[in-house]
Amino acid sequence: MTPLLHYFILLPLVAFLIGLIIPGSKEKHIAFSTIMFSSAHLLLLLTFMSLWVYNSFPIVDEKSLVFIKADDIEIFLDFYFDRITCVFALIGSILMLLVSIFSRFYLHREQGYKRFFSMIQLFFLGYNLIIFSGNYESLFIGWEFIGIASFLLISFYRDRYLPVRNSIKVISIYRLGDIALILAMWMSHHIWHENIVFAKFNDPSLLSSHLSEHYPSALFIMFMVVLAAMIKSGQFPFSSWLPRAMEGPTTSSGLFYGALSSHIGVFLLLRTAKYWETMPEIKFTLIVVGILTIIVAASITQVQSTIKSQIAYSSITQMGIIFLEIALGWHALALLHFAGNALLRTYQLLVSPAVLNYLVHDQFYNYDPSEPVKTNLGFKKLRSTLYVLGIKEWNLDFFQYRYLWSPFKWIGKKSGFLGNRKALPFVLAIFLCGIGIHFFRDEWPPIIPVFAAPVIALTGFLLILSSFSNSGNAISAWVHVVMGQLFVLLSVMLSNTDFGYHFILLWGSGVFIASIAGFWCLWLIQKIDNDILLNRYHGYVYERPVIAVVFLLSCLAFAGFPITPTFVGVDLLFSHVDKQHIGLIVFVSLAFLFTELALLRIYIRIFLGQHKKMTHAIAYKSS
Amino acid sequence: MARKIIQQKKTENIQNKNGHSVLTHGHINVSDGFNIDNVLHHIKHYLPSQTPLKDFIHHNSLHAFQDKLFYEGIFTAATIFGYQVTLELKDYRQLYSEGRIRKDVVKEIVEKRKGVISADFWKSCMLEKKYDCHLAPRIGWLRSHWNTRLNFDIDNKVQPLLFRILSSYLDQGIAIQKFPLNEKGFLASIRDLQKNSGEGFFKTKRAKDLLLNEDIGVYELLMILVGNESAFEHYLFDQQFSHRGWSGMVATLEAKPDSLLDKRRISLYDVVVLELLLEIDALDFYFKNRWNPLTIGLPINSYNLFAPVQKGEVMEVLSLWQDAFEWSYYDDVLSGLSKGNLIKPTDPVDTSFQAMFCIDERECSLRRHIESIDPKCETFGSPGFFGVEFFFKPEHGKFTDKLCPAPVQPAYLIKEINTSKHVEKDILFDKQSYHPGKGWLYSLGIGFWAGITLVKNLFFPKMSPAISNAFGHMDANGSLTIDSNDKMILEDSLRVGFTTEDMANRVEKLLRSIGLVSEFAPLVYAVAHGSSSANNPHHGAHDCGACSGRPGSINARVFAAMANNEKVRSLLNERGIKIPDSTFFVGGMHDTASDMIEFSDVAYIPELLKDLHKSNVIKFEQALNKNAKERSRRFASINSKDVLGNIRKAINNRSVSFFEPRPELGHGTNSVCIVGRRDISKHLFLDRRAFLNSYDYRTDPEGKILVDVLKPIGPVCGGINLEYYFSRVDNHKLGAGTKLPHNVVGLIGVSNGCDGDLRPGLPVQMIEVHDPVRLLVVVEHRPEIVLKCIQSNSAMYEWFINEWVHLIAFDPIEKKFFLFKNGEFTEYIPLRNHLGILENSELLFENASLMDSAHIADATKENLPVFVLN
Repeated sequence: MTPLLHYFILLPLVAFLIGLIIPGSKEKHIAFSTIMFSSAHLLLLLTFMSLWVYNSFPIVDEKSLVFIKADDIEIFLDFYFDRITCVFALIGSILMLLVSIFSRFYLHREQGYKRFFSMIQLFFLGYNLIIFSGNYESLFIGWEFIGIASFLLISFYRDRYLPVRNSIKVISIYRLGDIALILAMWMSHHIWHENIVFAKFNDPSLLSSHLSEHYPSALFIMFMVVLAAMIKSGQFPFSSWLPRAMEGPTTSSGLFYGALSSHIGVFLLLRTAKYWETMPEIKFTLIVVGILTIIVAASITQVQSTIKSQIAYSSITQMGIIFLEIALGWHALALLHFAGNALLRTYQLLVSPAVLNYLVHDQFYNYDPSEPVKTNLGFKKLRSTLYVLGIKEWNLDFFQYRYLWSPFKWIGKKSGFLGNRKALPFVLAIFLCGIGIHFFRDEWPPIIPVFAAPVIALTGFLLILSSFSNSGNAISAWVHVVMGQLFVLLSVMLSNTDFGYHFILLWGSGVFIASIAGFWCLWLIQKIDNDILLNRYHGYVYERPVIAVVFLLSCLAFAGFPITPTFVGVDLLFSHVDKQHIGLIVFVSLAFLFTELALLRIYIRIFLGQHKKMTHAIAYKSS
Repeated sequence: MARKIIQQKKTENIQNKNGHSVLTHGHINVSDGFNIDNVLHHIKHYLPSQTPLKDFIHHNSLHAFQDKLFYEGIFTAATIFGYQVTLELKDYRQLYSEGRIRKDVVKEIVEKRKGVISADFWKSCMLEKKYDCHLAPRIGWLRSHWNTRLNFDIDNKVQPLLFRILSSYLDQGIAIQKFPLNEKGFLASIRDLQKNSGEGFFKTKRAKDLLLNEDIGVYELLMILVGNESAFEHYLFDQQFSHRGWSGMVATLEAKPDSLLDKRRISLYDVVVLELLLEIDALDFYFKNRWNPLTIGLPINSYNLFAPVQKGEVMEVLSLWQDAFEWSYYDDVLSGLSKGNLIKPTDPVDTSFQAMFCIDERECSLRRHIESIDPKCETFGSPGFFGVEFFFKPEHGKFTDKLCPAPVQPAYLIKEINTSKHVEKDILFDKQSYHPGKGWLYSLGIGFWAGITLVKNLFFPKMSPAISNAFGHMDANGSLTIDSNDKMILEDSLRVGFTTEDMANRVEKLLRSIGLVSEFAPLVYAVAHGSSSANNPHHGAHDCGACSGRPGSINARVFAAMANNEKVRSLLNERGIKIPDSTFFVGGMHDTASDMIEFSDVAYIPELLKDLHKSNVIKFEQALNKNAKERSRRFASINSKDVLGNIRKAINNRSVSFFEPRPELGHGTNSVCIVGRRDISKHLFLDRRAFLNSYDYRTDPEGKILVDVLKPIGPVCGGINLEYYFSRVDNHKLGAGTKLPHNVVGLIGVSNGCDGDLRPGLPVQMIEVHDPVRLLVVVEHRPEIVLKCIQSNSAMYEWFINEWVHLIAFDPIEKKFFLFKNGEFTEYIPLRNHLGILENSELLFENASLMDSAHIADATKENLPVFVLN
């Protein structure tokens, strides 16, 4: 029974790969392949579940593919199955199948039919990796797949401005969650001294001795996990991304944001529950987050006048309640609630266009011209305030921009000088200093590399940030990110001599090819009109779809997306940052956060959005 | 540069009749420059005029330019507003190389328009010359300087909130909590909220103060923002056209507040004030006092939005191509019509039955099939409200539905009584599910039911309360208050029921207009149409345009009842229309999506005719089978070679499937309107492309009836045609884009996602199969009579003289065509005399190829040529 677990991942992977090679014009083949694989997945699951029930609900854990094994480090995939996996897998598999069948007709003749099915398959692959994951690494791979699939489906209508803008909004906040998970993994490596599998959480004695020894660090891990969960499930104060994510075809909105993607936060909490059950701080946090979310999201739901945002916020409200249920230990109820909520919201989203006819008809027969209730002034004031707050979504979107991203933009602008030609010798000098310190580290007092590392990391981070706020030439922005990454690499090498050359090779293999490919793509685009300034959207995908794909892949490879060995390299990079090096870990993780954002920003500004040449019908910016 | 300095600006706040607060500027300096009322009037003229989606009335998307010649109008619109108004040049060239634009037609058109001498030059321009077709619209130029100057995307900061406020205010029932309304209107409500809440919509003090100061109007706000009075109009145009969907909706609701059930008082003025305030607020917030009015240092005087448009060579080339594209089809239609004299008129004595349909081009094929099944029957076409205009109030309904063409204001009310049905509910749409607590119960309870429902709809689609049901519009078992028995009962200031005189007038007018004044068959059917569809906010666009975008079942039933009324018949008898006692009228409705017909009041059919009716029903069913098969050739999900029963079932399923964005293809492909006897077109295969309006010139030699027949052709058929035309050529700006990401806003419209502007126009799923050609109206009468008729009404004349539709007079005596151009009729001789003969239409449908893409070269390949029926 255990070996079967692999197939839950392999099936969607094969489906995704096969989907890639079917030509885009073959609608029937694309849909057929998706539906067949989804059905197979469901059948396999039902078979597996029967066996599982027959064996009286064992917990299944299977160590799988080992990526790398070194002296003190081992990175591998691990699969796991228990009742939580069971419920999530069942609902996921059923919804995937139903939505594929629905989309087969719904998407008919839509430009990007193949793109759509590829993306939902990539998403489903990520979803399965997460729910079947037995350790943080496997979960994280799935997490990345889901993130990028979401990004690409939100910007599905890539020739319009709003989907593209919202896609970067959503991926930005997702990326924050990614980094939170990376940090959780990082700390986990350090306190367990191994790649911990979730199965070990089931050993109470091990867990309690571990926790008593490392309580603050464990708390840090869990806060990061909770942060990641809050972001994925749109909990307060990260709620405003969910309605904005509903830019793609209605079916993908239903599948992702009505059901599977948004409930991943719930899953994460349930999966790690054993670990945090004894931590009152976490319970308290979850309760507070849950209650705040219920209040805020419910008040926003009240005043939503568009159907999709109404469903989005009511789903967030329900997830707030699920957070509460989990915090209170009612896990069975939470699972049931997840299943019901996912099915209900997906359905409501799928049929959301019908609401116009249904409610107008309803209004025709049941209209009640109720007069405003006469209440005392204080209550009226409260109601009005809540109303306005609801319309403004409690300013959540605004605050996020102002207090989360704006400061970084500002720093990036201020550090724009680093990208200056004049500053180049200075930047090079810092880099060479770092190299010098590294190669002749025996000549220096050991404190020097320790101090130099964060400075180098900071320089790298600032370079990346300057690229993130760059509104000038895309090629120079690209070069800055590449330079920034080299600084980050150097800083880790400085801080830890164990990060050897074979690791660098592993990390560099993807990065090297990606940097060259990305550079080349931008150079080709620049040749067209000699205008690749990042101050606007160019929409070059209309003219050069192939270059756009290559560039996107370069961005992903460079950012450590699990398609090249760089992915393992990044993991290694992090695990070589020592627990004590707080400055270093802060800058390195920030650098990784903004690397992906800076790259995707280049991608969307150059390739997506309204095509800049109005020789054909172009969408309005406001549409 | 000397500028007028306005001294002593005095504003007064006057309440106008509607209670709107209108600011008028007391100073003479102001009115001679900027007058807000004039400017708003001007803006409204160009905004889209689509009403809330529950009623969909097709109209010319560029109605504002209809006072110009077609090409001048569309290219002016393109230059000012940046619309794509024709196909792309390369598309025309591709159609030409594929033979769909005919060589002989191109030659003819170029020679006619450019003269034989320069024809070669123009032909080479059309075929080879490279042009820069890049469009740089004038609109938006002024306001784009916020971006270039301050690097500030003002729309990004203002629009999301503005749209949210507007949709919340106008919301008809999505939100659980209503907008706290102040009966004085939109701005007053905003002021109330600002005063009553701790948290307003504004972040800065100046904007708040300006809002609460009721003396401040658009002028003062524009002074702050723009600075120079001469740029005000341009600024407001730029601003309102950056979200023409919402502005258009507001302007429409201001003009037609009745188009909402839950009424709102809103004006474009109020919205402009709020938007200007939001802009000031955004600028103050991000730049404190470090920003200047926009016009400082800008050469605004050199930039006039409405300066005359220079007609460039590329426009000329495009217009030549468009003409050639249109005439490549029209020429065959006319050639086909000219062959009509070969056919003998049917012997009227033994007509088996007569059936009236809507002129809608979707009925064109159904009529063809019925006639082929029963060659002895006779079919007619007339606008689908059958000449009876009224408001309809179903039992238990809180409102009335208007059932007649949009411009008509009926004085009558028809009530439905003694119904047996009650309004069904669908728990999955229940708003309770959005509450936190009840939502919890719902998630746990009906969440699983939702999953089961989804499975049911995927595999066994069937009608449900969530689906727009064309037959649900009327309860077949209920009765209607049609005959007032000459009593005067008023309800909502409408007359309940018609008097005998009223009824007789209407029946007479209709019968005379279609030329059915004698030789009545035993059974005369009046078949209206409607359309059922699931998950379709644009369902109204598929219903009957002559019934204000609703199913016409009631009209057909009312008309039949009137024509059966004994008192009416005796009055008609006095007026020379003798309907035999043995003749009975039956109303019914054709669902154009599911291809079903239901007849009403069949219980009243006299016993003697019941069997006849039964046999006719079988004929209708056979015709529907064939019609379904014909339609199925366009649907990838249906195998046209399948047995008829399966095709019918599959067609029906499309209309009740939530996953089907194309329940039917609507008016796509419409291109011709034939006003005349059915005999002149009966022998032709016109592929659902022709509006067929029955009219018999022999009963109307002076053209007295013709005036009324032609009046709706422009607004109704021309409106449909041009809406499809423009949504086809620019689906991004003039159409609604693809349906798939649509989000229903306030039950009044759709937007993309949650932050977008409203999207008026038609979605891509409706227009793919449409060839963007103007309507060719063919009228069977002598040219001088037709000319007299169209000149009798200036609004009607505009359609023809400005060439927004083409007009041909088909002289019934000489059998010649006369084309109307530059105010006169000149003879047109079809270029091609030889048309294909259709031996087996079924084979044609079965072997249809599916389209590869929505590109014009692929998508409209299946728009079949004109054939002569065998």
